[in-house]
Amino acid sequence: MSHSIDLNIDHVANLARLALTPEEKAQYATQLTEILSHIAKLKEVNVDGVEPTAHAFPLYNVWAEDVPVAGLPVDLALRNAPAQRDQMFAVPKVVE
Amino acid sequence: MSSEPFFRSIGELSAALARGELSSVDLMRSVIARTEAVEPKVRAFNSFDREDALAQARSSDLRRAAGASLGPLDGIPIGMKDVIAVAGQPLTASSRMLANFVSPYDATVVKRLRAAGAICWGRLNLDEFAMGSSTENSAFQATANPYALDCVPGGSSGGSAAAVAAGEAIASLGSDTGGSIRQPAAFCNVVGLKPTYGLVSRYGLIAFASSLDQIGPFARSVEDVAILLGAIAGHDPLDSTSFHTGIPDYRAELDRRKGPWRLGIPKEYFGEGLDPEVAEAVQRAVAHYQKLGCEVKPVSLPHTEYGVGVYYIIATAECSSNLARYDGVRYGHRSKEAKDAVDLYFRSRAEGFGSEVKRRIILGTYVLSSGYYDAFYLRAQKVRTLIRNDFLAAYREVDAILTPTAPTPAFRRGAKADPLAMYLCDVYTIGVNLAGLPAVSVPCGFSQDGRPIGMQLIGQPYGEAELLGIARAYERDHPWAQKRPVL
Repeated sequence: MSHSIDLNIDHVANLARLALTPEEKAQYATQLTEILSHIAKLKEVNVDGVEPTAHAFPLYNVWAEDVPVAGLPVDLALRNAPAQRDQMFAVPKVVE
Repeated sequence: MSSEPFFRSIGELSAALARGELSSVDLMRSVIARTEAVEPKVRAFNSFDREDALAQARSSDLRRAAGASLGPLDGIPIGMKDVIAVAGQPLTASSRMLANFVSPYDATVVKRLRAAGAICWGRLNLDEFAMGSSTENSAFQATANPYALDCVPGGSSGGSAAAVAAGEAIASLGSDTGGSIRQPAAFCNVVGLKPTYGLVSRYGLIAFASSLDQIGPFARSVEDVAILLGAIAGHDPLDSTSFHTGIPDYRAELDRRKGPWRLGIPKEYFGEGLDPEVAEAVQRAVAHYQKLGCEVKPVSLPHTEYGVGVYYIIATAECSSNLARYDGVRYGHRSKEAKDAVDLYFRSRAEGFGSEVKRRIILGTYVLSSGYYDAFYLRAQKVRTLIRNDFLAAYREVDAILTPTAPTPAFRRGAKADPLAMYLCDVYTIGVNLAGLPAVSVPCGFSQDGRPIGMQLIGQPYGEAELLGIARAYERDHPWAQKRPVL
């Protein structure tokens, strides 16, 4: 982890699928550089041989019985749809 | 009876309901009238549905008349943070993204509360998607602290804490990812519990950071928190992170847990940045435990200073993944300006999310992006192990750990415009989420100018019964939560 923060805001915003205004880009770049400088403190810690914790308790391979259950009915699943047609979600044209 | 129904405890109310001195409809009317009277000042609710609440109250009265009461929560109005799904009610996360969303189903905690007869009451304000420490990040309104109206109620569950403090609900549910139950509880003079990770199902909770999020109760006494926890805890096949463990009768256990306990005081939680009035109030609570015969021992949690950094890597990484689902396709805000299907994602997300949510998505996307993963995310997960090991080492010597809940009492609205300054407010609460432990904030005094102060008791995994017993031992002699705000 290096102290020189190379945050390419355009690249990251593209990965996050967020359209940002020029003002937002400038503001986030400044604020996130400050936050990342604080976070850079973590490189002081010796983590040699330390296992990462993804989850606070060791739960592995949680299995459920393979029993069919009813899913959400179509009308409820579509209840919050921004646009729908013929019992389906409608979206702008994807292919030319 | 000493006070208006809306300020009584669950224990008092269930006894009055059982004796027929009060009906659930009377109680619900009292809470609605109180809410309508004080809400212009407090602004705890995004919305509430009077008719729905009164219908639930009538059902409760009918059950009671038929001799089929469902227990102490039957007919008691419980407020819901607006990230917990209640079928047929709005579910906004205080975001424009979900401004018009209506829940198609009940969260598991809601199903359990309904099975206990509780009334699901209102949609309580929060920082958008639970990201914040002041409830100022709500897209709809800033909630006020009932004890100091120009100050914040804390966050992210600020509405849940303020509503209970102001008598707009008898108790409530919130969620806690880095302190979002405990810090607002401390700011608003109520008791707030973050249970052990895995004790309470998150099915039907809008996800923020899945390895940290837990649902928990707010109330005006430890006993009421114990009653609510008993109703919502337990394994749920719909949440694969929920744990198979026995659920004791937390309320009955309260007075059986007598101590004396060994309490650890971590020096890292009493250093620079701690407000002197908070330090003094917490030290008085420590002295009280000593008077009760408890052994107070210094302990060390040496990786505390890295907690905020670890948290803002892990929580933002997980949020950037969880919030990828808001794409304007199946639900949520859809931009009307989109040129094509891909542009729909960019614009819907840009228009739907507020600035703090965008900031965290950007940070989380960055720390997970190619070339940075090992340096940030993987390293943070390793330091997380060290933070957890610090707590487990301390528990070889003590039964619980006592700290301030927050470094200061409630601050004024607008006082922390800098995001990093806001993040550093969570320094005492974050370690508990990273380690998956249970912790409760208990009122322990007031500043000179009347702002509440809370202490945090941190327990051992799945040790909620003991933890609440320790909290109750203090509260019995110092019932600070009984001091009502002047509204």
